[in-house]
Amino acid sequence: MSSLDDLYRRVIMDHYQKPRNRGEFEDGALTVNMNNPTCGDRIQLQMKIEDGKVTDARFTGEGCSISMSSASMMTEAIKGLTVEEALKMADLFSRMMKGEATEEEIEDADLGDIEALQGVSKFPARIKCATLAWKAMEKGLREQPN
Amino acid sequence: MNAKEIRKLFPILNQKVNGHRLVYLDSAATSQKPIQVIEAIDRYYREYNSNVHRGVHTLGTLATDKYEGAREKVRKFINAKETAEVIFTRGTTTSLNFVAQGYARNFIGEGDEIVITQAEHHSNFIPWQQIAKKTGATLKFIPLAEDGSITVEAAEQTITPKTKLVAMGYVSNVLGSINPIKEVAKIVHRYGGVMVVDGAQAAPHLKVDVQDLDCDFFAFSGHKMAGATGIGVLYGKRYLLEKMEPIEYGGEMIDFVELYDSTWKELPWKFEGGTPIIAGAIGLGAAIDFIESIGIDEIREHEKKLVDYAMERLSEIKGLKIYGPKQRSGLVTFTMEEAHPHDIATVLDAEGIAIRAGHHCCQPLMKWLNVSSTARASFYLYNTEEDIDALVQGLIKTKEYFGNVFSG
Ligand SMILES: Cc1ncc(COP(=O)(O)O)c(C=O)c1O
Repeated sequence: MSSLDDLYRRVIMDHYQKPRNRGEFEDGALTVNMNNPTCGDRIQLQMKIEDGKVTDARFTGEGCSISMSSASMMTEAIKGLTVEEALKMADLFSRMMKGEATEEEIEDADLGDIEALQGVSKFPARIKCATLAWKAMEKGLREQPN
Repeated sequence: MNAKEIRKLFPILNQKVNGHRLVYLDSAATSQKPIQVIEAIDRYYREYNSNVHRGVHTLGTLATDKYEGAREKVRKFINAKETAEVIFTRGTTTSLNFVAQGYARNFIGEGDEIVITQAEHHSNFIPWQQIAKKTGATLKFIPLAEDGSITVEAAEQTITPKTKLVAMGYVSNVLGSINPIKEVAKIVHRYGGVMVVDGAQAAPHLKVDVQDLDCDFFAFSGHKMAGATGIGVLYGKRYLLEKMEPIEYGGEMIDFVELYDSTWKELPWKFEGGTPIIAGAIGLGAAIDFIESIGIDEIREHEKKLVDYAMERLSEIKGLKIYGPKQRSGLVTFTMEEAHPHDIATVLDAEGIAIRAGHHCCQPLMKWLNVSSTARASFYLYNTEEDIDALVQGLIKTKEYFGNVFSG
């Protein structure tokens, strides 16, 4: 099952088992709901934005190991990034899933745990799982008032 | 019947997927096609491709004969009274929407009731939900029994003199339950309503006799019964179809066209506007010949044995939960403690085993089951016990794989 091991990296399973930033903010936050209609996965993503920066993020939802671990990693990664930087990362992630990002780009971006999700690109049926949380983040940041 | 021999008639099954013998357990989504069907469609395009009911040339006549011959095969297959009651459509979804738009929308109004269940496929759910919204009719649900099946008693308690239409799946694509259509139809008729049946999961797997069921409309898809995609059937009782307006206007369906009005062809062509799905219908005819050469009752018996065996083997796996009643059609829907349905499907796929994971177009039912997604293995005449053994092996592997990851 070597190719399966490419998909289910230990880091991924770690995020799946012990999701970071799982929960909701008591007070207000930018909230985005998104689902994957073909499979029933759904996510609620909340982000705190201050002075053009994502200061905190949390998520709740239901889904497979790939979608939930990806949400966990994404919320970790965007904390502290400017809106612009977060959107840039979403774009890179999307291209990484399609196999269109160069090695250089990926290295330069210093993605940390997220790099483990690269294996998903070899499983076309699962790419949508990985991108769900990122799509939610993109939607939220693009539609926010400022 | 000998499933191992039958399997050889399906070219697609003779291949390796991800290095393993293909084990196709997704026939409830779409069935595979035997060589007889593929060749019938191929022959139409190679030898007599022509439009039907137009012109007088030789090929056109041949195509028309074959197309109308397929209609007669369908009529016999479901025991409709006459071919006028057999309309070719694009599939179950289109057939049900025809009934919703052509019948329900015109003959149902405020104060009336439409009765369905929470176990319906979206294509037998949304049309009624939307018609109820548009007409002001009340949408009601027959409560499901604990195992998800529908009892005659529950139907009796839900259907009232105000009920103008009941729509129900014959066989659930998630639970495998086989619903008491004939008994429910009796109740509906007592109050003067009509019975609409979603037969998508029934027609491929068990004997359907629309006169014996006494249903008013019956919808099914060719692609789930060894035919091509894009062809399906709407059966309707003549007096109801006569009452209905055409749904699609255009060529083929008219009698006389005047400047300010037109008249329609007789049944069933009134409902077949435009160039029909000729190759698909001919393929469906071939699929019916194929099924009848084996025997629908034999197919049902074979699937019964398979599903009993599958239920027994799967219940040996700890942490695996099966949904639906014990008495069922040839499919098993389940979840596993260790792995999400998508993850199960991905691990099985690496072993060459194709199953379905997701909500199976039944979000309201998923809600009722209190799950967001399930895994489903579904069988047809070409499946064998060997396939189920492979599934069980694959699931044990999945369990170990995810179990290890978690404990490591
Ligand atoms: C119970 C049931 N009803 C309706 C449908 C819809 O059939 P189709 O997609 O061929 O229109 C399906 C198939 O997915 C089904 O399983």
